[in-house]
Amino acid sequence: MEAQEDLQLNLNEESLLEMYGLIVLSRRLDERTWVLHRQGKIAFHISGIGHEAAQVGAAMALRRGQDWVVPYYRDLAMMLALGLTPKEFMLGVMGKKGEPSSGARQMPSHWSIRRMNVVSHSSPVATQTPHASGIGLAIKMRGDDAIVLTSIGEGATSQGAWYEAVNWAAIHKLPVVFMVENNLYAISVRQDRQMAVEHVADKAAGLGLPGVTVDGLDALAVHRAISEAAARARAGDGPTLVEAMVQRMTPHSSDDDDRSYRPRAELEALKAQDPVRLQRDKLMDMGLLSEQAETEVQERAAAQVEEAIKFAASAPYPEVSEASYPVYAGDRADG
Amino acid sequence: MAEITLIEGLRQGMDEELERDERVFIVGEDVGQRGGVFRATEGLYEKYGEDRIIDSPLAEDSIVGIGIGTALYGMRPICEIQFADFIYPAFNQIVSEAARMCYRSAGEWTVPMVIRVPYGGGIGGGLYHSQSVEAFFAHVPGLKVVVPSTPYDAKGLIKSSVRDPGPVIFLEPKRGYRLIRGEVPEDEEVLVPIGPARISRTGTDLSVFAYGMMHHYCLEAAERVAQEGINAEVIDLRTLKPVDRQTILASVAKTGRALIVHEDNLTGGYGAEIAAILAEEAFGDLDAPVRRLAGPDVPAMPYSHPFESWFMPDADRIAKAILELAAF
Repeated sequence: MEAQEDLQLNLNEESLLEMYGLIVLSRRLDERTWVLHRQGKIAFHISGIGHEAAQVGAAMALRRGQDWVVPYYRDLAMMLALGLTPKEFMLGVMGKKGEPSSGARQMPSHWSIRRMNVVSHSSPVATQTPHASGIGLAIKMRGDDAIVLTSIGEGATSQGAWYEAVNWAAIHKLPVVFMVENNLYAISVRQDRQMAVEHVADKAAGLGLPGVTVDGLDALAVHRAISEAAARARAGDGPTLVEAMVQRMTPHSSDDDDRSYRPRAELEALKAQDPVRLQRDKLMDMGLLSEQAETEVQERAAAQVEEAIKFAASAPYPEVSEASYPVYAGDRADG
Repeated sequence: MAEITLIEGLRQGMDEELERDERVFIVGEDVGQRGGVFRATEGLYEKYGEDRIIDSPLAEDSIVGIGIGTALYGMRPICEIQFADFIYPAFNQIVSEAARMCYRSAGEWTVPMVIRVPYGGGIGGGLYHSQSVEAFFAHVPGLKVVVPSTPYDAKGLIKSSVRDPGPVIFLEPKRGYRLIRGEVPEDEEVLVPIGPARISRTGTDLSVFAYGMMHHYCLEAAERVAQEGINAEVIDLRTLKPVDRQTILASVAKTGRALIVHEDNLTGGYGAEIAAILAEEAFGDLDAPVRRLAGPDVPAMPYSHPFESWFMPDADRIAKAILELAAF
């Protein structure tokens, strides 16, 4: 029944397969990047494993390239859905010349894709949320036909900046969708030490906007929730807080060891709810994905990943002279 | 030419930029119907409406953070922080976001915005309505820091700041808002470039560097010591970042002596940077040690009138410092 609705909601069979392909691609890329780190070939990786379905479902609910996105560092799958290529990601991971998000200045997974209206963000959490509300304000001032999606982890919603930004959007009915990817952990700190409410979405009531909680392991459920929130925003009815319940299936980052704070049995249990497998099973139940097609999706993703690694490994590092600019707008190497 | 106050110059400059470019807007606490607690935006709400003169919630971090978002989209925000003392919640957005956006995106994203900040003492403002914050921001690559001390410069620099493609911290010496008057032409556009300092009094015996209200006290002190035969050159720095090294070095090459005056605390204050420039690049020109006259190293300006006078350098103390330096 829901699947039928989704087929009507701008998702045809082709886009459902695109969705799945992106989820698989993100997972393969992410897993392979962990391996590169363990091999000592890269300095850092921050993972989105367990978040992929929610991110792709959200991105595909947008008018990609027209709407604006203010993401956070776990959003690899969302970025792939918005047009980041595996090669570009690998250039970033390896700190190679021409890496598109920051010219290899920032750590990997600090996104910026100007051509897709994806805005640069930093590492301190919730600093991006006011930017999203500001972009929403500018869209409203200019009367443009666009909305903003901004994402964040549940831990970062403890920041004052997050409340201030959501408050702004609620006051001025700004066209913003505040997406929270709740994986229950902020590095080692569980949700019950971040907030007294049961759901992040409950915080919306105190700020005067609707808040919904959805199953973030289900790309279609997230797609539906974000589509509804986006429609509200486009209609001038203001922002929505969408909390997607996801799972962090890895340590916080390549520098983290979760054994001191996370029971192994808990992690094992997550595997039964792996969002990649859940999407696959769903598509197979819908009769949209055959065993053979599944094999092709996996092989295509693996080939893209290997090609990206090869490409980035042979790419040059930036010239040291590039590090001195641009401090100010318009700065150049020779300036 | 009409004689106007510093705050009128500021208001005229903002008004002209709002008129010129519809992307320009003002956001801050009480800037709308109230016209700002100092009345810097008086009349603008009536003229441009609530969509362009926006009363923000009482949350400074969001004033700057929202402003950055609008700037990323192509707007030209003028953000008002009501008092410099209240800027710290916004420090994260200014230093970590606005200043670094261009560099961290390899120039793909820029943040054209002005952050207006009334600063400084002498108004009975106590610890939390008197602070000088320039040293924090002058330390940060990616920011420009501007301090007008005259109505002409207030008007010309605010206009240039609005047109700058990056973030500008615009420090306003609030004691001078109505105290400082000066001529500003009405029939021509006033634009003062960010960067150059201004020699406001030429002299030969020593160079005095200052900005904001201290610049006026230095001029007053220079007139006093002139009667004792000391001819001081006074330089209004106007822009602290980027600093006008050329004008500073040329003046000291001529005079051989340098005094730097600011009301911010001495240690790690902006004067230390000028002193360092002179130590590195003008050592051979110096006939005397570089001297700094600044606020004492207590946490901030205390309230009681004698405390305030004790804290703030004034023409008497500056004149004394000039005479000591000249006699070295």
